[in-house]
Amino acid sequence: MLSSLGSVGGKSAKPSFVSYVTPEEIKSEKEPSRKEKHPDLLPGEVVFCSASTVLKYTQDDLSQRGVFGALLCTNFRVSFVSDEAPTEEMVRTLFKNKLYGENDIPLSCVDNIYGDKRKLITGGLVKNKYPSKIIIHCKDLRVFQFSLSFSKEEDAKKIFQGIVHHCLEPKSLRCLFAFSYCENTSYPGSYSYCREHLRKKQTVMFDSVEDWTQDMKRTKGNCRVVSENSNFELSPKLPQYFIVPTNVSDEDLTKYQGKGLPMWCWSHHSGCALFKTASIPLVQEDNVCCRMLTAVAHNHLYSVKTEDLSDTLPTVQDILLSYNKFKQFFLIDNTTEFWMSDMKWFSSLDNCGWLDIIRQCLQKAVEVVESLEKENTNVLIMEEGGSDLCCVVSSLVQLMLDPYYRTLLGFQSLVQKEWVAGGHAFLDRSNHLHLKDKVESQSPVFLLFLECVWQLQQQHGPAFQFSETYLTVLSDSVHVPVFTTFLFNNDSHRDSLLRAESPHTQRSPLNCPTVWDWSVQFDCKAQDLFTNPLYTEKPKQDTSVRKSYRPRHLRQLSLPSSAFKTPPKKGFFKDEADNLKKILGVKRLSRWMLSPSSDSPQTSSSVREFYEAWQTKPLDYHGLLLPCLDGPSIRVWMQRYLRWIHDVQILGGGPVAMLSKVSEILGEVQELQRQLDRHGCTLTSNHKGARPRAKTAAAVIAARSSVRLSSSFPFVTSRNWSFKPAIPTSLLQSLMVTGIPGNLADREDDGGPESLV
Amino acid sequence: MVFCQVFSGIIYYFTFLFNQVGQLRTSSHLQLRPGQENAKQCDTDNNRVTHGVNKCTVNNTIEKSLYSASRESLKMEPLADCSLLPGEERIIDKDIIYICPFSGALKGKVFITNYRLYFKSTDADPAVTLDVPLGAIGRVEKMGGASSRGENSYGLDITCKDMRNLRFALKQEGHSRRDIFDILFKYAFPLSHGLLLFAYLSQEKFEENGWSVYKPMEEFRRQGLPNDKWRVTFINANYELCDTYPTILVVPFKATEEDLRKVCTFRSRGRIPVLSWIHRENQAVICRCSQPLVGMSGKRNKDDERYLDLIREANGTAKLTIYDARPSVNAVANKATGGGYEGDDAYQNAELVFLDIHNIHVMRESLKKLKDIVYPNVEESHWLSSLESTHWLEHIKLVISGAIQVADKISGGNSVVVHCSDGWDRTAQLTSLAMLMLDSHYRTLRGFQVLLEKEWISFGHKFANRIGHGDKNHADQDRSPIFVQFIDCVWQMTKQFPTAFEFNERLLVTILDHLFSCRFGTFLFNCERARDTNELRSKTVSLWSLVNSDLSFYQNPFYTPESNRVLYPVASMRHLELWVTYYIRWNPRIRQQQQSPVEQRYIELLALRDEYLKKLEELQLSDSSPNSSHLSNSSTPNAASPTQHITHLHTPF
Repeated sequence: MLSSLGSVGGKSAKPSFVSYVTPEEIKSEKEPSRKEKHPDLLPGEVVFCSASTVLKYTQDDLSQRGVFGALLCTNFRVSFVSDEAPTEEMVRTLFKNKLYGENDIPLSCVDNIYGDKRKLITGGLVKNKYPSKIIIHCKDLRVFQFSLSFSKEEDAKKIFQGIVHHCLEPKSLRCLFAFSYCENTSYPGSYSYCREHLRKKQTVMFDSVEDWTQDMKRTKGNCRVVSENSNFELSPKLPQYFIVPTNVSDEDLTKYQGKGLPMWCWSHHSGCALFKTASIPLVQEDNVCCRMLTAVAHNHLYSVKTEDLSDTLPTVQDILLSYNKFKQFFLIDNTTEFWMSDMKWFSSLDNCGWLDIIRQCLQKAVEVVESLEKENTNVLIMEEGGSDLCCVVSSLVQLMLDPYYRTLLGFQSLVQKEWVAGGHAFLDRSNHLHLKDKVESQSPVFLLFLECVWQLQQQHGPAFQFSETYLTVLSDSVHVPVFTTFLFNNDSHRDSLLRAESPHTQRSPLNCPTVWDWSVQFDCKAQDLFTNPLYTEKPKQDTSVRKSYRPRHLRQLSLPSSAFKTPPKKGFFKDEADNLKKILGVKRLSRWMLSPSSDSPQTSSSVREFYEAWQTKPLDYHGLLLPCLDGPSIRVWMQRYLRWIHDVQILGGGPVAMLSKVSEILGEVQELQRQLDRHGCTLTSNHKGARPRAKTAAAVIAARSSVRLSSSFPFVTSRNWSFKPAIPTSLLQSLMVTGIPGNLADREDDGGPESLV
Repeated sequence: MVFCQVFSGIIYYFTFLFNQVGQLRTSSHLQLRPGQENAKQCDTDNNRVTHGVNKCTVNNTIEKSLYSASRESLKMEPLADCSLLPGEERIIDKDIIYICPFSGALKGKVFITNYRLYFKSTDADPAVTLDVPLGAIGRVEKMGGASSRGENSYGLDITCKDMRNLRFALKQEGHSRRDIFDILFKYAFPLSHGLLLFAYLSQEKFEENGWSVYKPMEEFRRQGLPNDKWRVTFINANYELCDTYPTILVVPFKATEEDLRKVCTFRSRGRIPVLSWIHRENQAVICRCSQPLVGMSGKRNKDDERYLDLIREANGTAKLTIYDARPSVNAVANKATGGGYEGDDAYQNAELVFLDIHNIHVMRESLKKLKDIVYPNVEESHWLSSLESTHWLEHIKLVISGAIQVADKISGGNSVVVHCSDGWDRTAQLTSLAMLMLDSHYRTLRGFQVLLEKEWISFGHKFANRIGHGDKNHADQDRSPIFVQFIDCVWQMTKQFPTAFEFNERLLVTILDHLFSCRFGTFLFNCERARDTNELRSKTVSLWSLVNSDLSFYQNPFYTPESNRVLYPVASMRHLELWVTYYIRWNPRIRQQQQSPVEQRYIELLALRDEYLKKLEELQLSDSSPNSSHLSNSSTPNAASPTQHITHLHTPF
């Protein structure tokens, strides 16, 4: 019954899925014990099917123990509702996601489902068959194991087929929960209110001419803002608004439909700028290419360097393949498997190549930074499509050069600018819809970017206003199909869909939250964990906010730049253009080679020199930042990847132990400031008025400081873990059997979950 | 221009000030002269530089002026910026070329004293300096011959024990290297030439006397010993029972002196099971010993069996767990040489667990491989695979997980006996790490010193043989970095529990530097008996004198005392990492900042808090409105330690 229901939704494009299950049907399906057996449904959320007496295995041992409960599948999530009365688990609400709980898996977050004998389940199923045990691997790296063998056969079959159908089989975009959610939610007022709200919080959305103009002014760029595409008349593939070099003519804009148009990303204070473009197809006359290059070169001192990223960085398929191998190290079904893999950890990590891809992206970004910062040449990066690795590299370059983007709002604006407005095909890359023809285009490119940011943040902690937790949560949010930010392939796609889905056609488009409205997922206290207690705002001497955006470039390397830095002379352009062509002829050849193994010595040594020269200068967290790319410096993002694995939690340890102490003191300092303020005392320190919210963050952690945090804080807390240490099982099978009766001495000290309250 | 890129140790791309005020102290503590308050103060400023890399401009200008001053004075007094230790004497100096693996060949001058090799470049700006205690030199070799072709092909090749190699080139004419080679060879290996180790020549004086840190009876009393189950015996007062054990031992109350003598015959080198640590609540004990002398024929010894049962009985648990640190194969193989392990049938109430930790030779080779991939340059392609192929972290993992099992057993109330073959290498690692997990006292600055003095020094870890102090036989098979490995394990623990240890990374690096330096007596000789014979305590200075005279330098500002808490580190490769700031510290590209920005920020905030508190107090005094007195109470008790780093700071409460 259910599969036929589903296929109706799949086949016919028009009817909204809400209509294909009537409320009566739902009721009759699960009349008994329904009250206590389903999660608090979100607005617009509908239960498709459910089964009771499902056993959810405890993840962290081999004992096959677990908890009984009901397993449900809704249009938003797969949810397990435990039969056991919620105890302290419910109380530990500090970092609770408002949209889904720890036993909920948003449908788009399901990565793979395995049946008996760990057989991968794919879409098309043999009817009437269902496995006794299913394992669900999530995109946020959680692993769930359910046993269906205790449920009624009919229920088990239904829930299994329901989950498979809704998680794995192709569906239409309007089946995504966002549309149902947004229609049914009183999400903060109107569209304009929302925009106003975000405006106040200063996340620049880059969906208006003003936003772009503002950003160009901020960086003192001197290019041309194009608004001719506001109704996607030039090309649906181009952003609604964008910036091109001043020399690009109207004719160019219309004639080539955006192909090969150099899009402005960021201007360096010297005047040179970074541009990106979709590669120009070779079949077109060289004329276009030359015109565009000339236009870019004209931006500043007739210099341009081009870099075809498709030649020098891994393809999106490489990225996917590598990540698929990488993630397997963390999708742990049982502890034995975990410890078995532990001995070969480093070489497995090496072989999957993920860290190397991260290194390559960072290195590429450093190369571009070098051109902008040291040589003051314009840089044009390109790739086919221009919205994957171009986005990675251009946003990394901006993070390294511009401290504004290292603030929380700045970073969000950067993602809006380079990724959302920049037309990164979020929908295709994440393949939320499980379309067979999109399997090829799936790739975690945005995650790769976040990984690179994490590396930078790891190496230069105090330079970033946002925390590691923020990045982890952002990486999870990609798989929560509620936010418009990650649902579409580009501006026109978003625009057309939101308009089409609007309940009030002709009037305003559907009002969906963006991911930046964090209050949709977390309350204020939880959001406090997004700020980094090590971050300090720029010292006061630059009083105006505007100025503080401007990097002072303590580490600027003002080495003389090369030949083409001749001052522009008006009236002699033709000569120079010829000259330029010659130069370009040489410069177009990518300086950079394919992979690190075939690394041209001069490149890596040039980057190395640049890094070393930078490294010898005093570090300014509000200036240029470069990553160290040496082997030991590129690391695994522990918080994201290890947070759910019980055996590697350091109870009472991890970096959070230190950071929470910093937050604690920060809270005290800010409290003292307030008191002093009340006394009318003027403070000289720049800590005054710094981030009022950080105080509450500190308070939150301070309040918990009596509780022992674990290294996976804040994602896993207060589980009633045994205090027994994890002992590598592959070494000592014999030891696993000897249980230790009651660790009384520890327990006294341990505190246990009770003290959380 | 003076750059502030700093890395501790030998190659300093900056000069006078840092050298003057103790930057070197992270590696060798050359400049510490007791009572020099000025130097100390600057020193704390520089700490921030050392690890934080960044730097305030005020200091910069000071450096500049000091730097230029030093360059001028250099011409007159070449060794002016390298202050000699009391008792240190100059032997020779020579123009030489240092072939720096990072900045190429550098002309300069080398000075050799009876304690160190000091090099300062003359043509590089900023000057590059090297400061190597001769004790750290493991091997000196001639490189190239008089007829060797090529630039800088004739000279010296020096292998150090602290993860680096040094190459110097000299002029080929006139056997120019002969004198320097001979002198270096003689003074780097004094024991091979009938000379005294520098520790016996040093005239250093400190406020504190480090030799008084560890008093065995005091330590046993702290643990609540003796009690009705365990007694102190002086049977080894003259090292007659066991010449590698300390004089004071704790044994089961019921075991007579006669029993001990009998057990002694059945344990390798007479190292009988004795108590190392006792759990205050459940009375479970950690005992250590050497392997039983079972041999090929599978000998049994009733006395030994009964003795182990006495250990079990003492806290009334059903089974005693014997941890044999070795892989079982090795334990079996040891039977051939008369050793072996406790068989099931002989020891009815005991279970035997092998911990699979390899021997000293495997560890030596592993560290050698590690050095190959990190010095001079960090292996570029497939770094992680290369790292894995050294197995260094894998060994660390095995040692830590062995110690976790010991600690876990003890927490569960079971007594354990730990041994390997002789009970002075792996055994020391396991017992001391387990004690570090179990007993928060050992995680304090002084407690850690006690732990080392007790488990390593007094129980006869063969420092002299493992390190080869003053000995020219670089290929000696007895050498092995067992103690380095242990300190690495401790570092892994401090990394996983950044608030649980009172000491910081600097202490660990300092300990390792002086493990080799021969400046202090602490790590000299193999056992107490040899130390007594050589009057070590009266004739040399203890490393703890240096450390305890400047405790704040080694304090971890994040330390939060939590007594009775058992620390279980995670012994997974996912969490173990290479100790970059020790093993790769000579490489200027490796940034030494891992945790210090956090530390820096924390200290800044503490200072700010104190400043505000003070202001507030002043205001309240003038306002006489005492409405926030609770705040003064909220200042954390450990605030005092970090604030000492801030010179202008006053802690008002």
